[in-house]
Amino acid sequence: MKFLVCISNVPDTTTKITFTPDNKEFNKAGVQFVINPWDEYALTRAIELKEAQGSGTVTVLNVGEADTEPNIRKALAIGADDAIRVNAHPKDAYFVAQQIASVAKEGGYDVILMGKESIDYNGFQVHGMVGEMLGIPTVAPAMKLDMNGNTATLEREIEGGKEIVEVNTPFVASCQQPMCEPRIPNMRGIMTARTKPLKVIEPVGEGARTEVAEYALPPKKQGVKLIPAENAGELIKLLRNEAKVI
Amino acid sequence: MSVLVVVECDNGEVKKSSLEVASYGSQVAQMLGTSATAIAVGEATEANLAKLGEQGISKVLYDAEPRLKDFVNGAYTKLIAAAAQQEDAKVIILANSNIGAAVGSRLSVRLQASLATNVVELPQINGGQFLVKRGAFSGKAFADVVLQGERKIIAVKKNSIEPLHEAGKTAPVVSFSAQLSDADFADAPKQVIMQDQAGGILLPEADRVVSGGRGMKGPENWHLIEDLAKALGAATACSKPVSDVDWRPHHEHVGQTGITVSPNLYIACGISGAIQHLAGVNSSKVIVVINKDPEAPFFKAADYGIVGDVFDVLPKLTQAVKELG
Repeated sequence: MKFLVCISNVPDTTTKITFTPDNKEFNKAGVQFVINPWDEYALTRAIELKEAQGSGTVTVLNVGEADTEPNIRKALAIGADDAIRVNAHPKDAYFVAQQIASVAKEGGYDVILMGKESIDYNGFQVHGMVGEMLGIPTVAPAMKLDMNGNTATLEREIEGGKEIVEVNTPFVASCQQPMCEPRIPNMRGIMTARTKPLKVIEPVGEGARTEVAEYALPPKKQGVKLIPAENAGELIKLLRNEAKVI
Repeated sequence: MSVLVVVECDNGEVKKSSLEVASYGSQVAQMLGTSATAIAVGEATEANLAKLGEQGISKVLYDAEPRLKDFVNGAYTKLIAAAAQQEDAKVIILANSNIGAAVGSRLSVRLQASLATNVVELPQINGGQFLVKRGAFSGKAFADVVLQGERKIIAVKKNSIEPLHEAGKTAPVVSFSAQLSDADFADAPKQVIMQDQAGGILLPEADRVVSGGRGMKGPENWHLIEDLAKALGAATACSKPVSDVDWRPHHEHVGQTGITVSPNLYIACGISGAIQHLAGVNSSKVIVVINKDPEAPFFKAADYGIVGDVFDVLPKLTQAVKELG
Protein backbone atom coordinates (compact mmCIF):
# COMPACT_ATOMS: atom_id res chain seq x y z
CA MET A 1 0.00 0.00 0.00
CA LYS A 2 1.43 3.38 -1.01
CA PHE A 3 0.41 6.28 1.22
CA LEU A 4 0.87 9.91 0.19
CA VAL A 5 0.59 12.35 3.09
CA CYS A 6 0.35 16.05 2.29
CA ILE A 7 1.68 18.44 4.91
CA SER A 8 1.52 22.22 5.22
CA ASN A 9 4.11 24.39 6.90
CA VAL A 10 2.19 26.75 9.20
CA PRO A 11 2.97 29.27 11.94
CA ASP A 12 3.12 27.72 15.40
CA THR A 13 -0.34 27.70 16.97
CA THR A 14 0.63 30.30 19.59
CA THR A 15 1.95 32.81 17.03
CA LYS A 16 0.79 36.41 17.25
CA ILE A 17 -0.42 37.15 13.75
CA THR A 18 1.02 40.22 12.00
CA PHE A 19 1.37 41.23 8.36
CA THR A 20 3.85 43.01 6.11
CA PRO A 21 3.38 46.81 5.95
CA ASP A 22 1.30 46.54 2.75
CA ASN A 23 -0.91 43.87 4.45
CA LYS A 24 -0.41 41.55 1.48
CA GLU A 25 1.61 38.83 3.21
CA PHE A 26 1.91 37.18 6.59
CA ASN A 27 4.93 38.54 8.46
CA LYS A 28 7.21 35.53 8.95
CA ALA A 29 9.87 37.42 10.93
CA GLY A 30 10.68 35.64 14.18
CA VAL A 31 7.92 33.07 13.68
CA GLN A 32 8.44 29.38 14.25
CA PHE A 33 6.79 27.14 11.68
CA VAL A 34 5.39 23.71 12.44
CA ILE A 35 3.69 20.86 10.62
CA ASN A 36 0.01 21.80 10.36
CA PRO A 37 -1.61 20.13 13.41
CA TRP A 38 -4.39 18.54 11.32
CA ASP A 39 -1.77 17.03 8.99
CA GLU A 40 -0.09 15.33 11.96
CA TYR A 41 -3.17 13.14 12.30
CA ALA A 42 -2.87 12.14 8.64
CA LEU A 43 0.85 11.43 8.95
CA THR A 44 0.62 9.36 12.11
CA ARG A 45 -2.36 7.33 10.88
CA ALA A 46 -0.60 6.52 7.59
CA ILE A 47 2.46 5.32 9.52
CA GLU A 48 0.29 3.25 11.87
CA LEU A 49 -1.52 1.61 8.95
CA LYS A 50 1.74 0.87 7.14
CA GLU A 51 3.16 -0.68 10.30
CA ALA A 52 0.01 -2.76 10.83
CA GLN A 53 0.23 -4.06 7.28
CA GLY A 54 3.93 -4.82 7.65
CA SER A 55 4.67 -3.41 4.21
CA GLY A 56 4.15 -0.36 2.06
CA THR A 57 5.52 3.17 2.01
CA VAL A 58 4.58 6.56 3.39
CA THR A 59 5.64 9.49 1.22
CA VAL A 60 5.38 13.02 2.55
CA LEU A 61 4.52 15.81 0.12
CA ASN A 62 4.83 19.51 0.73
CA VAL A 63 4.27 22.41 -1.64
CA GLY A 64 6.68 25.03 -0.41
CA GLU A 65 9.99 26.75 -0.72
CA ALA A 66 13.26 25.49 0.78
CA ASP A 67 12.46 26.91 4.22
CA THR A 68 9.84 24.16 4.74
CA GLU A 69 12.49 21.42 4.71
CA PRO A 70 13.04 21.29 8.51
CA ASN A 71 9.39 20.27 8.92
CA ILE A 72 9.61 17.79 6.04
CA ARG A 73 12.59 16.24 7.85
CA LYS A 74 10.52 16.18 11.03
CA ALA A 75 7.84 14.21 9.19
CA LEU A 76 10.54 11.78 8.05
CA ALA A 77 11.77 11.55 11.64
CA ILE A 78 8.25 10.67 12.78
CA GLY A 79 8.34 7.69 10.41
CA ALA A 80 7.66 8.61 6.78
CA ASP A 81 9.91 6.81 4.29
CA ASP A 82 10.63 9.52 1.78
CA ALA A 83 9.54 13.02 0.82
CA ILE A 84 8.78 15.22 -2.14
CA ARG A 85 8.86 19.00 -2.07
CA VAL A 86 7.21 20.90 -4.90
CA ASN A 87 9.42 23.94 -5.11
CA ALA A 88 6.86 26.75 -5.10
CA HIS A 89 5.21 29.32 -2.91
CA PRO A 90 1.69 27.89 -2.35
CA LYS A 91 -0.50 30.51 -4.02
CA ASP A 92 -3.95 29.14 -3.26
CA ALA A 93 -5.78 25.85 -2.65
CA TYR A 94 -6.31 25.20 -6.36
CA PHE A 95 -2.61 25.64 -7.11
CA VAL A 96 -1.65 23.29 -4.27
CA ALA A 97 -4.27 20.72 -5.30
CA GLN A 98 -2.86 20.64 -8.82
CA GLN A 99 0.61 19.82 -7.47
CA ILE A 100 -0.73 17.06 -5.22
CA ALA A 101 -2.87 15.55 -7.99
CA SER A 102 0.10 15.56 -10.36
CA VAL A 103 2.40 13.81 -7.85
CA ALA A 104 -0.35 11.35 -6.88
CA LYS A 105 -1.05 10.44 -10.49
CA GLU A 106 2.58 9.95 -11.36
CA GLY A 107 3.37 7.95 -8.21
CA GLY A 108 0.29 5.73 -8.31
CA TYR A 109 -0.53 6.21 -4.64
CA ASP A 110 -3.35 4.16 -3.10
CA VAL A 111 -4.28 6.43 -0.21
CA ILE A 112 -3.87 10.21 -0.16
CA LEU A 113 -4.20 11.75 3.28
CA MET A 114 -4.02 15.30 4.55
CA GLY A 115 -5.40 17.39 7.39
CA LYS A 116 -8.90 18.76 7.17
CA GLU A 117 -7.53 22.27 6.65
CA SER A 118 -4.44 24.32 7.40
CA ILE A 119 -4.56 26.52 10.49
CA ASP A 120 -3.37 29.55 8.52
CA TYR A 121 -5.54 29.63 5.41
CA ASN A 122 -8.39 27.53 6.91
CA GLY A 123 -9.62 26.66 3.43
CA PHE A 124 -10.93 23.10 3.87
CA GLN A 125 -10.66 22.85 0.07
CA VAL A 126 -7.60 20.94 -1.10
CA HIS A 127 -8.83 17.38 -0.43
CA GLY A 128 -11.98 17.79 -2.53
CA MET A 129 -10.10 19.45 -5.35
CA VAL A 130 -7.53 16.64 -5.45
CA GLY A 131 -10.28 14.00 -5.44
CA GLU A 132 -12.09 15.69 -8.28
CA MET A 133 -8.89 16.22 -10.30
CA LEU A 134 -8.08 12.51 -9.97
CA GLY A 135 -11.68 11.33 -10.33
CA ILE A 136 -11.58 9.39 -7.05
CA PRO A 137 -13.70 9.58 -3.87
CA THR A 138 -12.99 12.09 -1.12
CA VAL A 139 -13.99 11.55 2.48
CA ALA A 140 -13.82 14.78 4.47
CA PRO A 141 -13.45 15.28 7.36
CA ALA A 142 -12.55 11.79 8.57
CA MET A 143 -12.32 10.95 12.28
CA LYS A 144 -11.36 7.30 11.89
CA LEU A 145 -9.68 5.29 9.15
CA ASP A 146 -9.18 1.53 9.00
CA MET A 147 -7.99 -0.54 6.05
CA ASN A 148 -8.87 -4.08 5.09
CA GLY A 149 -7.07 -4.95 1.89
CA ASN A 150 -8.05 -2.33 -0.65
CA THR A 151 -11.16 -1.30 1.22
CA ALA A 152 -11.14 1.53 3.73
CA THR A 153 -13.73 2.12 6.42
CA LEU A 154 -13.93 5.70 7.58
CA GLU A 155 -15.95 7.67 10.06
CA ARG A 156 -16.88 11.00 8.59
CA GLU A 157 -18.05 13.86 10.79
CA ILE A 158 -21.39 15.37 9.92
CA GLU A 159 -23.20 18.11 11.79
CA GLY A 160 -24.69 16.37 14.81
CA GLY A 161 -23.26 12.94 14.16
CA LYS A 162 -21.10 10.75 11.99
CA GLU A 163 -21.35 8.54 8.94
CA ILE A 164 -19.62 5.24 8.35
CA VAL A 165 -18.27 5.27 4.79
CA GLU A 166 -16.57 2.48 2.87
CA VAL A 167 -14.44 3.27 -0.17
CA ASN A 168 -11.97 1.35 -2.25
CA THR A 169 -8.50 2.60 -3.07
CA PRO A 170 -7.50 4.97 -4.46
CA PHE A 171 -9.19 7.66 -2.39
CA VAL A 172 -8.48 10.95 -0.63
CA ALA A 173 -9.31 11.60 3.01
CA SER A 174 -8.85 14.69 5.13
CA CYS A 175 -8.15 13.89 8.75
CA GLN A 176 -9.08 15.32 12.10
CA GLN A 177 -9.41 14.32 15.73
CA PRO A 178 -9.76 11.72 17.16
CA MET A 179 -8.12 9.70 14.39
CA CYS A 180 -4.97 8.91 16.35
CA GLU A 181 -2.52 10.32 18.85
CA PRO A 182 0.02 12.29 16.78
CA ARG A 183 3.57 11.04 17.27
CA ILE A 184 6.60 13.08 18.08
CA PRO A 185 9.99 12.17 16.64
CA ASN A 186 12.45 10.20 18.79
CA MET A 187 16.24 10.47 18.61
CA ARG A 188 16.59 7.41 16.37
CA GLY A 189 14.00 8.86 14.00
CA ILE A 190 15.77 12.19 13.89
CA MET A 191 19.08 10.51 13.04
CA THR A 192 17.62 8.30 10.30
CA ALA A 193 15.60 11.17 8.81
CA ARG A 194 18.81 12.86 7.74
CA THR A 195 19.51 10.16 5.19
CA LYS A 196 15.99 9.55 3.90
CA PRO A 197 15.36 10.74 0.32
CA LEU A 198 13.84 14.18 -0.20
CA LYS A 199 13.13 14.89 -3.86
CA VAL A 200 12.60 18.47 -5.05
CA ILE A 201 10.46 18.95 -8.15
CA GLU A 202 9.13 21.98 -10.00
CA PRO A 203 5.43 22.96 -10.04
CA VAL A 204 3.03 22.09 -12.83
CA GLY A 205 -0.30 23.38 -14.07
CA GLU A 206 -2.04 26.71 -14.22
CA GLY A 207 -1.71 29.52 -11.74
CA ALA A 208 -4.04 30.32 -8.87
CA ARG A 209 -7.75 31.13 -9.13
CA THR A 210 -7.87 33.40 -6.11
CA GLU A 211 -5.63 36.15 -4.82
CA VAL A 212 -5.43 37.73 -1.39
CA ALA A 213 -5.81 41.50 -1.88
CA GLU A 214 -5.27 42.33 1.75
CA TYR A 215 -5.11 40.85 5.22
CA ALA A 216 -6.57 42.57 8.27
CA LEU A 217 -6.74 41.93 11.99
CA PRO A 218 -10.13 41.89 13.72
CA PRO A 219 -11.12 45.05 15.58
CA LYS A 220 -9.73 45.18 19.12
CA LYS A 221 -12.07 44.17 21.94
CA GLN A 222 -13.32 47.03 24.11
CA GLY A 223 -12.21 45.25 27.27
CA VAL A 224 -14.08 43.00 29.64
CA LYS A 225 -16.95 44.31 31.76
CA LEU A 226 -16.67 42.51 35.11
CA ILE A 227 -19.76 41.66 37.14
CA PRO A 228 -19.32 40.80 40.84
CA ALA A 229 -19.89 37.09 41.49
CA GLU A 230 -22.44 37.83 44.20
CA ASN A 231 -24.59 39.66 41.63
CA ALA A 232 -24.12 37.06 38.91
CA GLY A 233 -27.75 37.36 37.83
CA GLU A 234 -26.98 40.93 36.69
CA LEU A 235 -25.03 39.41 33.79
CA ILE A 236 -28.21 37.93 32.33
CA LYS A 237 -29.87 41.37 32.34
CA LEU A 238 -26.86 42.87 30.56
CA LEU A 239 -26.90 40.11 27.96
CA ARG A 240 -30.54 40.85 27.28
CA ASN A 241 -30.69 44.64 27.53
CA GLU A 242 -27.19 45.75 26.56
CA ALA A 243 -25.66 43.04 24.35
CA LYS A 244 -29.09 41.91 23.07
CA VAL A 245 -28.04 38.29 22.62
CA ILE A 246 -30.73 36.59 24.71
CA MET B 1 -27.27 33.99 -15.64
CA SER B 2 -28.36 33.49 -12.07
CA VAL B 3 -27.13 32.84 -8.57
CA LEU B 4 -27.51 29.27 -7.29
CA VAL B 5 -27.90 28.65 -3.57
CA VAL B 6 -27.33 25.20 -2.08
CA VAL B 7 -29.84 24.63 0.71
CA GLU B 8 -29.22 21.81 3.21
CA CYS B 9 -32.27 20.20 4.81
CA ASP B 10 -32.58 17.81 7.69
CA ASN B 11 -35.72 16.01 8.88
CA GLY B 12 -37.81 18.07 6.49
CA GLU B 13 -36.53 21.40 7.82
CA VAL B 14 -34.21 23.85 6.12
CA LYS B 15 -31.11 24.26 8.32
CA LYS B 16 -30.62 27.67 9.91
CA SER B 17 -27.25 28.07 8.19
CA SER B 18 -29.02 27.49 4.87
CA LEU B 19 -31.52 30.27 5.61
CA GLU B 20 -28.47 32.50 6.03
CA VAL B 21 -27.00 31.19 2.77
CA ALA B 22 -30.29 31.76 0.95
CA SER B 23 -30.38 35.34 2.26
CA TYR B 24 -26.77 35.85 1.20
CA GLY B 25 -27.50 34.45 -2.25
CA SER B 26 -30.56 36.57 -2.87
CA GLN B 27 -28.65 39.71 -1.88
CA VAL B 28 -25.79 38.80 -4.23
CA ALA B 29 -28.37 38.20 -6.98
CA GLN B 30 -29.79 41.66 -6.35
CA MET B 31 -26.29 43.18 -6.62
CA LEU B 32 -25.84 41.41 -9.97
CA GLY B 33 -29.29 42.33 -11.24
CA THR B 34 -30.47 38.72 -11.44
CA SER B 35 -32.45 36.19 -9.41
CA ALA B 36 -31.46 33.48 -6.94
CA THR B 37 -32.48 29.87 -7.44
CA ALA B 38 -32.03 27.26 -4.70
CA ILE B 39 -31.14 23.60 -5.10
CA ALA B 40 -32.23 21.67 -2.02
CA VAL B 41 -30.33 18.64 -0.68
CA GLY B 42 -31.29 16.30 2.15
CA GLU B 43 -34.73 15.45 3.43
CA ALA B 44 -37.09 18.35 2.72
CA THR B 45 -40.81 19.06 2.59
CA GLU B 46 -42.27 21.12 -0.23
CA ALA B 47 -43.96 23.49 2.23
CA ASN B 48 -40.67 24.29 3.98
CA LEU B 49 -38.82 24.71 0.70
CA ALA B 50 -41.51 27.09 -0.58
CA LYS B 51 -40.91 29.26 2.47
CA LEU B 52 -37.43 30.05 1.10
CA GLY B 53 -39.28 32.83 -0.71
CA GLU B 54 -39.04 34.65 2.61
CA GLN B 55 -35.26 34.75 2.15
CA GLY B 56 -35.61 36.17 -1.36
CA ILE B 57 -35.31 32.91 -3.32
CA SER B 58 -37.22 32.97 -6.65
CA LYS B 59 -37.36 29.23 -7.34
CA VAL B 60 -36.39 26.00 -5.54
CA LEU B 61 -35.17 22.91 -7.39
CA TYR B 62 -35.62 19.58 -5.62
CA ASP B 63 -34.66 16.05 -6.60
CA ALA B 64 -36.80 13.62 -4.63
CA GLU B 65 -34.41 10.66 -5.20
CA PRO B 66 -34.54 8.96 -1.75
CA ARG B 67 -30.83 8.12 -1.69
CA LEU B 68 -30.12 11.88 -1.54
CA LYS B 69 -31.53 12.03 2.00
CA ASP B 70 -28.04 11.48 3.43
CA PHE B 71 -24.93 13.21 2.19
CA VAL B 72 -23.18 11.46 -0.70
CA ASN B 73 -20.30 13.52 -2.04
CA GLY B 74 -20.33 12.10 -5.59
CA ALA B 75 -24.09 12.39 -6.02
CA TYR B 76 -24.41 15.83 -4.41
CA THR B 77 -21.59 17.20 -6.56
CA LYS B 78 -23.23 15.91 -9.75
CA LEU B 79 -26.66 17.18 -8.70
CA ILE B 80 -25.46 20.69 -7.87
CA ALA B 81 -23.29 20.88 -10.99
CA ALA B 82 -26.28 19.92 -13.13
CA ALA B 83 -28.43 22.57 -11.46
CA ALA B 84 -25.69 25.17 -11.95
CA GLN B 85 -25.50 24.32 -15.62
CA GLN B 86 -29.26 24.39 -16.13
CA GLU B 87 -29.56 27.76 -14.41
CA ASP B 88 -26.37 29.13 -16.01
CA ALA B 89 -25.24 30.05 -12.50
CA LYS B 90 -22.15 32.20 -12.39
CA VAL B 91 -22.17 32.39 -8.60
CA ILE B 92 -22.88 29.40 -6.34
CA ILE B 93 -23.37 29.90 -2.62
CA LEU B 94 -23.11 27.15 0.02
CA ALA B 95 -22.85 26.95 3.79
CA ASN B 96 -19.35 26.59 5.20
CA SER B 97 -20.45 23.27 6.65
CA ASN B 98 -18.95 19.81 6.35
CA ILE B 99 -21.27 19.24 3.38
CA GLY B 100 -20.71 22.67 1.81
CA ALA B 101 -16.96 22.52 2.03
CA ALA B 102 -16.73 18.92 0.81
CA VAL B 103 -18.96 19.54 -2.21
CA GLY B 104 -17.77 23.09 -2.91
CA SER B 105 -14.18 21.99 -3.38
CA ARG B 106 -15.13 19.26 -5.88
CA LEU B 107 -17.51 21.59 -7.69
CA SER B 108 -14.84 24.25 -8.07
CA VAL B 109 -12.77 21.85 -10.16
CA ARG B 110 -15.73 20.45 -12.08
CA LEU B 111 -17.13 23.88 -12.95
CA GLN B 112 -13.72 25.58 -13.24
CA ALA B 113 -14.76 28.08 -10.61
CA SER B 114 -12.85 30.17 -8.06
CA LEU B 115 -13.69 29.10 -4.52
CA ALA B 116 -13.68 31.02 -1.25
CA THR B 117 -14.68 29.29 1.99
CA ASN B 118 -15.22 30.71 5.49
CA VAL B 119 -16.71 33.91 4.00
CA VAL B 120 -18.07 36.34 6.59
CA GLU B 121 -19.59 39.25 4.62
CA LEU B 122 -21.45 40.06 1.43
CA PRO B 123 -19.04 40.51 -1.50
CA GLN B 124 -17.81 43.78 -2.88
CA ILE B 125 -18.49 43.81 -6.62
CA ASN B 126 -16.76 46.63 -8.46
CA GLY B 127 -16.87 46.41 -12.23
CA GLY B 128 -15.25 43.11 -13.06
CA GLN B 129 -13.71 42.61 -9.60
CA PHE B 130 -15.38 40.28 -7.11
CA LEU B 131 -13.96 40.54 -3.61
CA VAL B 132 -14.97 38.55 -0.52
CA LYS B 133 -13.86 38.75 3.11
CA ARG B 134 -13.00 35.44 4.73
CA GLY B 135 -11.67 34.35 8.10
CA ALA B 136 -8.03 33.24 8.20
CA PHE B 137 -5.38 32.22 10.73
CA SER B 138 -7.96 30.36 12.81
CA GLY B 139 -10.05 33.46 13.44
CA LYS B 140 -7.07 35.64 14.29
CA ALA B 141 -7.30 37.59 11.00
CA PHE B 142 -9.36 38.25 7.88
CA ALA B 143 -8.36 38.08 4.23
CA ASP B 144 -9.96 40.03 1.40
CA VAL B 145 -9.84 37.60 -1.52
CA VAL B 146 -10.28 38.35 -5.20
CA LEU B 147 -12.18 35.58 -6.99
CA GLN B 148 -10.92 35.37 -10.54
CA GLY B 149 -12.61 33.86 -13.57
CA GLU B 150 -16.17 33.73 -14.75
CA ARG B 151 -17.63 31.35 -12.12
CA LYS B 152 -17.41 31.79 -8.38
CA ILE B 153 -18.28 29.56 -5.44
CA ILE B 154 -18.68 31.03 -1.97
CA ALA B 155 -19.06 29.07 1.28
CA VAL B 156 -20.58 31.34 3.93
CA LYS B 157 -19.54 30.97 7.57
CA LYS B 158 -22.42 30.26 9.93
CA ASN B 159 -23.91 33.14 11.91
CA SER B 160 -22.19 35.69 9.63
CA ILE B 161 -25.36 36.88 7.89
CA GLU B 162 -28.65 37.90 9.45
CA PRO B 163 -31.36 35.92 7.58
CA LEU B 164 -33.86 37.98 5.58
CA HIS B 165 -37.49 37.43 6.46
CA GLU B 166 -40.24 38.64 4.14
CA ALA B 167 -43.16 36.97 5.90
CA GLY B 168 -45.58 35.07 3.69
CA LYS B 169 -43.51 35.22 0.51
CA THR B 170 -43.19 31.84 -1.19
CA ALA B 171 -41.06 30.36 -3.94
CA PRO B 172 -42.24 27.74 -6.44
CA VAL B 173 -40.73 24.29 -5.83
CA VAL B 174 -39.78 22.65 -9.11
CA SER B 175 -38.95 19.00 -9.58
CA PHE B 176 -35.37 18.49 -10.78
CA SER B 177 -33.44 15.42 -11.81
CA ALA B 178 -29.72 15.11 -12.39
CA GLN B 179 -30.15 11.59 -13.87
CA LEU B 180 -28.04 10.06 -11.10
CA SER B 181 -26.76 6.53 -11.56
CA ASP B 182 -25.71 3.87 -9.04
CA ALA B 183 -22.09 4.85 -9.65
CA ASP B 184 -22.82 8.32 -8.27
CA PHE B 185 -23.69 6.70 -4.95
CA ALA B 186 -20.49 4.64 -4.68
CA ASP B 187 -19.38 6.64 -1.63
CA ALA B 188 -22.79 6.59 0.05
CA PRO B 189 -22.62 6.13 3.83
CA LYS B 190 -23.18 2.59 5.09
CA GLN B 191 -24.55 3.96 8.33
CA VAL B 192 -25.48 7.34 9.79
CA ILE B 193 -25.13 7.71 13.56
CA MET B 194 -26.59 10.81 15.16
CA GLN B 195 -25.20 11.85 18.52
CA ASP B 196 -27.21 12.99 21.49
CA GLN B 197 -27.29 16.76 21.54
CA ALA B 198 -28.16 18.55 24.75
CA GLY B 199 -31.58 20.05 24.14
CA GLY B 200 -31.44 18.91 20.53
CA ILE B 201 -29.34 21.90 19.46
CA LEU B 202 -26.48 21.20 17.08
CA LEU B 203 -23.27 22.88 18.23
CA PRO B 204 -22.15 24.07 14.76
CA GLU B 205 -25.58 25.62 14.14
CA ALA B 206 -26.12 27.08 17.62
CA ASP B 207 -26.84 30.74 18.29
CA ARG B 208 -25.73 30.36 21.90
CA VAL B 209 -23.14 28.03 23.40
CA VAL B 210 -22.34 27.21 27.03
CA SER B 211 -18.93 25.59 27.31
CA GLY B 212 -17.02 23.98 30.17
CA GLY B 213 -13.35 23.38 30.88
CA ARG B 214 -11.24 21.63 33.47
CA GLY B 215 -12.53 24.07 36.07
CA MET B 216 -15.73 22.00 36.09
CA LYS B 217 -13.68 19.38 38.01
CA GLY B 218 -15.39 16.34 36.48
CA PRO B 219 -18.16 15.05 34.20
CA GLU B 220 -20.48 14.61 37.19
CA ASN B 221 -20.74 18.40 37.40
CA TRP B 222 -21.81 18.90 33.77
CA HIS B 223 -25.45 19.22 34.78
CA LEU B 224 -24.60 22.81 35.75
CA ILE B 225 -23.54 23.54 32.15
CA GLU B 226 -26.56 21.67 30.78
CA ASP B 227 -29.02 23.46 33.05
CA LEU B 228 -27.83 26.89 31.92
CA ALA B 229 -27.73 25.75 28.28
CA LYS B 230 -31.26 24.41 28.52
CA ALA B 231 -32.55 27.63 30.08
CA LEU B 232 -30.86 29.70 27.34
CA GLY B 233 -31.74 27.40 24.45
CA ALA B 234 -28.02 26.91 23.92
CA ALA B 235 -25.79 24.05 22.79
CA THR B 236 -23.13 22.67 25.13
CA ALA B 237 -19.42 22.50 24.35
CA CYS B 238 -16.09 21.86 26.03
CA SER B 239 -12.38 22.57 25.83
CA LYS B 240 -9.82 20.09 24.43
CA PRO B 241 -8.46 18.83 27.78
CA VAL B 242 -12.02 17.92 28.75
CA SER B 243 -12.63 15.82 25.63
CA ASP B 244 -9.10 14.37 25.87
CA VAL B 245 -9.93 12.85 29.26
CA ASP B 246 -13.36 11.74 28.01
CA TRP B 247 -15.41 13.89 30.34
CA ARG B 248 -17.28 14.97 27.22
CA PRO B 249 -17.43 13.53 23.67
CA HIS B 250 -15.16 14.81 20.94
CA HIS B 251 -18.04 16.35 19.00
CA GLU B 252 -18.39 18.96 21.76
CA HIS B 253 -14.74 20.03 21.62
CA VAL B 254 -14.33 23.56 20.31
CA GLY B 255 -10.93 25.00 19.47
CA GLN B 256 -8.23 25.05 16.87
CA THR B 257 -8.30 21.29 16.29
CA GLY B 258 -11.94 20.87 17.26
CA ILE B 259 -15.08 22.56 16.04
CA THR B 260 -14.93 26.24 15.21
CA VAL B 261 -18.03 28.07 16.35
CA SER B 262 -19.25 31.62 15.84
CA PRO B 263 -22.42 31.96 17.91
CA ASN B 264 -23.96 35.22 19.06
CA LEU B 265 -23.19 34.24 22.67
CA TYR B 266 -20.36 32.02 23.96
CA ILE B 267 -20.21 31.41 27.72
CA ALA B 268 -16.92 29.84 28.86
CA CYS B 269 -17.07 28.23 32.30
CA GLY B 270 -13.85 27.21 34.01
CA ILE B 271 -11.82 27.55 30.81
CA SER B 272 -8.55 29.47 31.12
CA GLY B 273 -8.47 30.47 27.44
CA ALA B 274 -5.45 28.86 25.80
CA ILE B 275 -4.77 30.42 22.41
CA GLN B 276 -5.80 27.18 20.69
CA HIS B 277 -9.20 27.35 22.38
CA LEU B 278 -9.63 31.02 21.50
CA ALA B 279 -8.96 30.17 17.86
CA GLY B 280 -12.13 28.12 17.83
CA VAL B 281 -14.40 30.70 19.46
CA ASN B 282 -12.99 34.17 18.90
CA SER B 283 -15.42 35.06 16.15
CA SER B 284 -18.33 34.72 18.59
CA LYS B 285 -20.27 37.99 18.80
CA VAL B 286 -20.30 38.18 22.61
CA ILE B 287 -17.97 36.18 24.87
CA VAL B 288 -18.68 35.68 28.57
CA VAL B 289 -15.99 34.20 30.82
CA ILE B 290 -16.55 32.74 34.28
CA ASN B 291 -13.36 31.75 36.08
CA LYS B 292 -12.14 31.98 39.65
CA ASP B 293 -8.65 32.97 38.44
CA PRO B 294 -8.69 36.72 37.68
CA GLU B 295 -5.48 36.24 35.65
CA ALA B 296 -7.07 33.71 33.25
CA PRO B 297 -6.07 34.86 29.75
CA PHE B 298 -9.62 34.35 28.49
CA PHE B 299 -10.73 37.55 30.28
CA LYS B 300 -8.66 39.53 27.73
CA ALA B 301 -10.86 38.19 24.93
CA ALA B 302 -14.13 38.49 26.84
CA ASP B 303 -16.88 41.09 26.63
CA TYR B 304 -18.33 40.21 30.03
CA GLY B 305 -16.70 38.36 32.90
CA ILE B 306 -17.32 37.06 36.37
CA VAL B 307 -14.39 36.27 38.64
CA GLY B 308 -15.88 33.54 40.75
CA ASP B 309 -16.43 29.88 41.38
CA VAL B 310 -18.42 28.22 38.57
CA PHE B 311 -20.21 26.02 41.12
CA ASP B 312 -21.57 29.11 42.80
CA VAL B 313 -22.11 31.29 39.70
CA LEU B 314 -23.73 28.88 37.24
CA PRO B 315 -26.85 28.10 39.35
CA LYS B 316 -27.34 31.86 39.86
CA LEU B 317 -27.18 32.45 36.10
CA THR B 318 -29.62 29.63 35.39
CA GLN B 319 -32.02 31.00 37.97
CA ALA B 320 -31.72 34.52 36.51
CA VAL B 321 -32.52 33.22 33.01
CA LYS B 322 -35.57 31.38 34.31
CA GLU B 323 -36.76 34.54 36.04
CA LEU B 324 -36.62 36.41 32.72
CA GLY B 325 -39.40 34.13 31.52
